[in-house]
Amino acid sequence: MKLALITDIHANREAFEACLEQAHLHGADRLAFLGDFVGYGADPGWVVEQVQDLVAQGAIAVRGNHDEAVARGPSDHLVEDARRAIEWTRGQLTPAQLDFLGTLPYTREDLGCLFVHANAYAPSAWDYILGRGEAVRSMMATEVRHTFCGHVHQPALYHLSSTGKIANFTPVPGVAVPVPGHRQWLALPGSCGQPRDGNPAASWAMFDLARLTLAFHRVPYDHDATAAKIIAAGLPRALGDRLHQGT
Amino acid sequence: MSGGMVNFSAGEMVDGFLLEERLHQGGMANLWRVTHPEHRGPMLMKVPRIKGGEDPATIVGFEVEMMILPMLRGVHVPRFIAKGDFATRPYIVMEHIPGESLRPRLDAAPLPIDEIASIGARVATALHDLHRQHVIHLDVKPSNILFRPTGEAVLVDFGLSRHDHLPDLLDEEFNLPMGTGPYMSPEQVQFLRSEPRSDLFALGVMLYHLTTGQRPFGSPDSVRGLRERLYQQPVAPRRHRPDCPPWLQEIILRCLEVKADQRHPSAAHLAHDLLHPDQMPLTERATRDGAPSKLQTWRRWFSALGAEPSVRGTVGDQLKRAPIILAAVDVENAAEPLLDLLRETVRRLVATEPGARLACVGVMRINRIGMDELTDKAGQSLHVKQLVGLKHWARPIAQGLGLGTGLLTFHVLEAPDPAAAIVEFARRTQVDHIVMGARASSALRRYLGSVSSEVVAQADCTVTVVRVPLAQGEVEDS
Repeated sequence: MKLALITDIHANREAFEACLEQAHLHGADRLAFLGDFVGYGADPGWVVEQVQDLVAQGAIAVRGNHDEAVARGPSDHLVEDARRAIEWTRGQLTPAQLDFLGTLPYTREDLGCLFVHANAYAPSAWDYILGRGEAVRSMMATEVRHTFCGHVHQPALYHLSSTGKIANFTPVPGVAVPVPGHRQWLALPGSCGQPRDGNPAASWAMFDLARLTLAFHRVPYDHDATAAKIIAAGLPRALGDRLHQGT
Repeated sequence: MSGGMVNFSAGEMVDGFLLEERLHQGGMANLWRVTHPEHRGPMLMKVPRIKGGEDPATIVGFEVEMMILPMLRGVHVPRFIAKGDFATRPYIVMEHIPGESLRPRLDAAPLPIDEIASIGARVATALHDLHRQHVIHLDVKPSNILFRPTGEAVLVDFGLSRHDHLPDLLDEEFNLPMGTGPYMSPEQVQFLRSEPRSDLFALGVMLYHLTTGQRPFGSPDSVRGLRERLYQQPVAPRRHRPDCPPWLQEIILRCLEVKADQRHPSAAHLAHDLLHPDQMPLTERATRDGAPSKLQTWRRWFSALGAEPSVRGTVGDQLKRAPIILAAVDVENAAEPLLDLLRETVRRLVATEPGARLACVGVMRINRIGMDELTDKAGQSLHVKQLVGLKHWARPIAQGLGLGTGLLTFHVLEAPDPAAAIVEFARRTQVDHIVMGARASSALRRYLGSVSSEVVAQADCTVTVVRVPLAQGEVEDS
């Protein structure tokens, strides 16, 4: 049983297609989406439609802060670029799609794993897991051995031993890391649609539940085309530019 | 992990493996000889000793080995066969390497110089193979080294090792330096676990011991004692053993440098020196005699105060910076334009990496072994002539790049089959990249065969074949 983890697609059709294709090539049996399907990118309608279809076929999906903001209308504490993108996005989605995003669960437990966009200790408050401190808090908040989060756009893997020692690790793409169940693991697959670790390639991960290994992957996509669409849609130019650098 | 589940006994079956005989009862683990109907060959099951109250490093170390051993390949490690569930029944089954470890040879030290060089070269070769697989051993010592009947060194016990591409389970776990006291590198004493040249330091300690019968830093059992190696220079091996050749002392003391940057850039470079001691440049280390003065020790102590070891990137990054490049040069027969182009290609390659080492190789074609009298005068002078030609060919590279003599070596191989000789030399010295010329004329290639295409077909590493382009419309000689 292989589970592909894709998160923070942010309405980036080209990146999403590239990740789905590679996940399929790697033999994914099931998909899990960790939220933030929309926001920033120019293809929210297409992306949400795909996700709705895939969820109907058994994919796991949880709500991200951008999904919530789009469904409810933007709140004041969002940064300017994000707010403009959200207003624009609302105009691109059907009422049914907005309803789909607005009713996604914050967390989902399945296959012995926990799926949540931001963290396990306060899923709807959207705190970021930026270091070991937040990672420990999140792992302490659940009994589950494997937690998968999005929200942070850099791939990372945290682990907690039975003696309470926490460590983190920056994954090397393509390497299957053993993640045995006697430790607790918190994995951030990195962003599909807006990577921010200096590598513009789309990020995703594959969890092999039989072997208990987790492999992080990077897949290049046509970010020039994506950026051109963002600019053509009248969205802030910076949202397109950052895709070239992966920042 | 509960103690009851791991107390195995003879005759027991564990996941299809029959425990036949306990071969070793160690402080950390028991070793069993096992058989299995579906696995052939001698096998060993390693089972951690869990008694309660023991050092957690033992348990995590076993977990580390269960993670790393299955990732390793090749003759320099025992082949991984199976493992049990860590939480309920931890064990590892691996190929059983017969014979004794290197440990008993320590008791026989000082050993003959030839044997020390041969052991050193084989262990360094094994370490390079491990480093190429992104793993640093971090517990190199005689009891963790075995030899195959074919001679290759085999490294065992990866409980303290670190894999560049996997989480380091030991990194945050403990507050004491990890390793074996006498062999631990200064950077390990300072908690750095990402330096491949830590393994060269440990090998240096071993070579020192095998040469002199003494340990360079004793067997400290406190952190304070361990820290002494950050500033205390070891007594020169020649002091203990006056017949220790200068090149061996040079190699040993270079391995034991406090700063990793001053050791050999890679284990392959070290193996190369041990295999070709006559080509090694000697420094002040080679002639050092006796113990360092109080003033020297004080200076080193002072500079060690508060000094942190520098992190030089991953194992992979380090190896990329120190490639071994082999230029196969046919100075006798190749045309001048080809020799020029070959030199320029090699120069460009070497220039990109200041840590690169260049081995210039010529082959003297001899008939089948025993047919030629190469020890006679004519043979000697041919050999020397080739060597002179090689050095002359490489002169502009050495001058242009300021290549230290240590990074440039010359070798004339005597062999009936040049391609096989080049491939074998490259394999033995762990060359990363072979550069050679192609015969210009296809007619000659047809009659004499193409050495370069044979090398391309047989070599384990990258091969670049340099060819001088014909002018447009030019017709080949026939």
